[in-house]
Amino acid sequence: MDPLSRAEEEGVDPLREPLAVAAQLPPPVRRIAVEEPPTVAQPPAGGNGHVVPAAVAALPKRMPRAETAPLERMRTEALSIAYGQKLAVNQVSLSVRRGEVLALIGPSGCGKTTLLRSLNRLVDLTPAANRGGRILLDGEDVDLFDVTHLRRRVGMLFQQPNPFPMSIFDNVAYGLRERGSKKPSKRALEPVVIQALQRAGLFEEVKDNLDHPALALSGGQQQRLCIARSLAVEPEVLLLDEPCSALDPISTQVIEETIVSLRSEIAIVIVTHNLQQAQRVADHVAFMYLGDLIEYGEAERVFGSPVAERTREYVSGGFG
Amino acid sequence: MSVNGSHNAKPVDRTDQRAELALGALASAVLLLIGFMIVFVFSKAWPSFAHNGLAWFGGGGNVDEQLANIFNSPANPSDYVYTMHAWPLLYATALITGGALLLSTAISLLSAMFIVEFAPLAMQRLMQPVIRLLAAVPSVVYGLIGILVLVPFVGNQVISGAEKDSVRYVIQLDGTSVLVGVLVLTVMITPIMVAITTDALRSVPRNWTEGAAALGVNRWRALRTVGLRAARPAIVAAAVLATARALGEAIMLSMVSGSVGFAPNPLDGTTFIFEPARTLAATIVDNAEGLSVKPFGQTIYAFAAVLLISSFFLSFAGWAARQSMRKYTLQAR
Amino acid sequence: MSTHAHAHAPAPTAASPPGLSHHHGEESWSRGDKIGVGLAWAAGILLCVLAAAIVFYMLFRGLQYLSFSLLTSHPLPSLDQTKSGGFLDPIEGTVILTILGTAIAAPIGVGIAVWLSEYARPSWLARAVESGVEIVAGTPSIVLAIFGLLVFQQSVFGFLSFTAEGNAVFGRSFFTAGAMMALIALPLIVGSTREALQSIPSHVREASYALGKDKIATIRRVLLPASRRGIGTGVTLGMGRIVGDTAIVVILLGASQQIQPENGTPVLGVLKGTGSTLTTYVYNNSPAGEGGAPQKAYAAAFVLLVIVIFLNFAVDMIARRKEPTWTR
Repeated sequence: MDPLSRAEEEGVDPLREPLAVAAQLPPPVRRIAVEEPPTVAQPPAGGNGHVVPAAVAALPKRMPRAETAPLERMRTEALSIAYGQKLAVNQVSLSVRRGEVLALIGPSGCGKTTLLRSLNRLVDLTPAANRGGRILLDGEDVDLFDVTHLRRRVGMLFQQPNPFPMSIFDNVAYGLRERGSKKPSKRALEPVVIQALQRAGLFEEVKDNLDHPALALSGGQQQRLCIARSLAVEPEVLLLDEPCSALDPISTQVIEETIVSLRSEIAIVIVTHNLQQAQRVADHVAFMYLGDLIEYGEAERVFGSPVAERTREYVSGGFG
Repeated sequence: MSVNGSHNAKPVDRTDQRAELALGALASAVLLLIGFMIVFVFSKAWPSFAHNGLAWFGGGGNVDEQLANIFNSPANPSDYVYTMHAWPLLYATALITGGALLLSTAISLLSAMFIVEFAPLAMQRLMQPVIRLLAAVPSVVYGLIGILVLVPFVGNQVISGAEKDSVRYVIQLDGTSVLVGVLVLTVMITPIMVAITTDALRSVPRNWTEGAAALGVNRWRALRTVGLRAARPAIVAAAVLATARALGEAIMLSMVSGSVGFAPNPLDGTTFIFEPARTLAATIVDNAEGLSVKPFGQTIYAFAAVLLISSFFLSFAGWAARQSMRKYTLQAR
Repeated sequence: MSTHAHAHAPAPTAASPPGLSHHHGEESWSRGDKIGVGLAWAAGILLCVLAAAIVFYMLFRGLQYLSFSLLTSHPLPSLDQTKSGGFLDPIEGTVILTILGTAIAAPIGVGIAVWLSEYARPSWLARAVESGVEIVAGTPSIVLAIFGLLVFQQSVFGFLSFTAEGNAVFGRSFFTAGAMMALIALPLIVGSTREALQSIPSHVREASYALGKDKIATIRRVLLPASRRGIGTGVTLGMGRIVGDTAIVVILLGASQQIQPENGTPVLGVLKGTGSTLTTYVYNNSPAGEGGAPQKAYAAAFVLLVIVIFLNFAVDMIARRKEPTWTR
């Protein structure tokens, strides 16, 4: 309804009270100068997926890593997740193994974050969410045991570093203190905290300042602190939700190195929209699109010679 | 005509300047008022403090007797009686206010946690009008229910004959007591604290609540350790507001906590909470008719001056506490 | 697809699953945690029970003792309760005082709110005024009351109340009580109005300036009408506070049961005179006052509670009316 009619409806005479009417007008629009039309990347022509596009060949090489014998820790069987009527994840089956990094890639809205958050049942915190299919941890259905136990075994790191409003020491010790009735003494916790900080690659920088507030650290340090916090409870699986997207390149590199070094003890699942990052860290890759698992396999194969057309398009930067 | 983006566009002509001056003067009148209040009350109260020195705050003697003596001062100004040792009143104020604050904080934190995390949706929606109702009931209605229901109940059913006997030579126990005062005052100040604490707990960033959940910490522990911690500045602000309300409560307490300036004796054991007491505010209300007698009025104003200082001090303490907690809250990045 | 509904049930307990390493044996809800949740439930239920108890008890007593004659007859001095009349004058007193207090507080409160929101220069003064309003909000009403008495007993204010022979200004009247009542309503009006003003986006002000209107016209013709809801809420909240206050009335309204006008002039005479309100009526008829008539105290308290609940309800109604939508 235009401002004049609305004003009349409210009994305001537009001639007498132009200001009241003017107040209903939308704010002035600022114009943006457009100089060149945007360019659209063209998907590679022809082929059955055996051709390696030039763009892919230029992607970064995988980071050097130790050899491991993968052992399956978690598995999803025909997992589906819906928010109300909208299906976010559709019948996805994949495997999470200790000794390797599984990267979930795909454009925004493809369901990779929802899938990740279902692995530690964090989707349960959303009231409208429904789940179908099964998730198994070491062969047991995760719905059959207590959710807090599950989350101690399957840890998570968030996109935005979220250290608690406490000291560095208290942050890392948090998971150990807040379970069960007996509160471990500070002396008993110290070695665990120090070890966790070392594994996260943060100890050297904060060893003299363990009692300082965690919020005073820089973004990259905070994220490493969150890694240490998760490691302190000794999880079997670690879920990472775009952990470096809010960080600078150097912190990103440090964290990627940490991820690769942790994978021999802990199964790692990382969601990332950064293809180069996936290239660098992943052993296995799952590509999702609009809730479906399009392609799943070893990183070299998925990036080098993807089977599905859509994977090829995505991996060569055709869409994002 | 220039168009600025801020509210504070420069006034462009004289009517605007005059308007700004007029409104500014009106706003500053508030400050003037407070200034006058401090000056008037303290200057009227000064003789009482001056004549007693620091002993004003001390104990010794019966407050009611002292007040009566002051009231009956001879007409000659140089013969005015000022002797006042107000300790029983200060002690009663601290006791009743402190007791109500402790109880109220416990109940408020627990019910705020209940509302935010554990209450079923129907109960959550019910709690809001419940809190509003409790906050809206006038203090004289609380006082009426207190004096007609609680006081007789405590006096006849709860206090045993033996307890009454044990203090018979010192004070009579009829039910008007510290206990009833603290209980009713708690009900009066809890709604403020619950409302503020609930708001604060609801505003804890989702990042933190999810982070605690992801570590396998159960909902109660997460709320208790991270939620309450994040809400600490708000809880302090709520406690300050609640204490200010408690300090100023005169009518209800004068109805239920006793009309004698008696200092409850902790050495009496549990009987101690059944003894009557009268706070500074209640004393002022009870003795308001005598204000026209000069030394008496000055003594009453001295009580008011103590109340004023306390409420200023409270505001300042709350502000200081919240400043020191800043380093633990999220800084805008 | 099967659905898994995950309700938020309190304190689920589960046996630790077999075959786990050191996570064994630690319950997810320790005994302390379960006690904590139980206490939280207890606290919530306690508040509901208290509210219900107060409402039902006052309803019971009020209906038991309230009668039409009480509402319509004047209070009379008498030790015999059948002859001591009703509380018409206290009701009138409450109404007069509330209207007077609100009438004084509303323009001043809105003015202060406008200054804080639209001008606020210099900034140290603005901060001081903000703190000042908060200090007024936090001052006990009994202190405000005796301060008021001090002020209005000065001879310069003799015109507001009764002046006895020998130039002793009585200082107690509807005017003086109303003035201090305005003070306790003021912070509520300032707060609500300020919130309403600050929620108006700046492009509305810009549009007005662009049309050539100066600041004060903008405030009068655009901003204040748009803030009607906030002003209404603040005023009603202030009224609620005035209706419920006893201390100021006890000190500043004089102790006459009936409304005693100061002189013959129709409105001014009453305002310069003394009277009582529902709150002092309840107080005086309870055992804390002269005490003879707890039944009438209950009846009056019931009426008082109904008025306050109604005012609270009115605040809700005002707050819920459609907010003007500012197209962005």
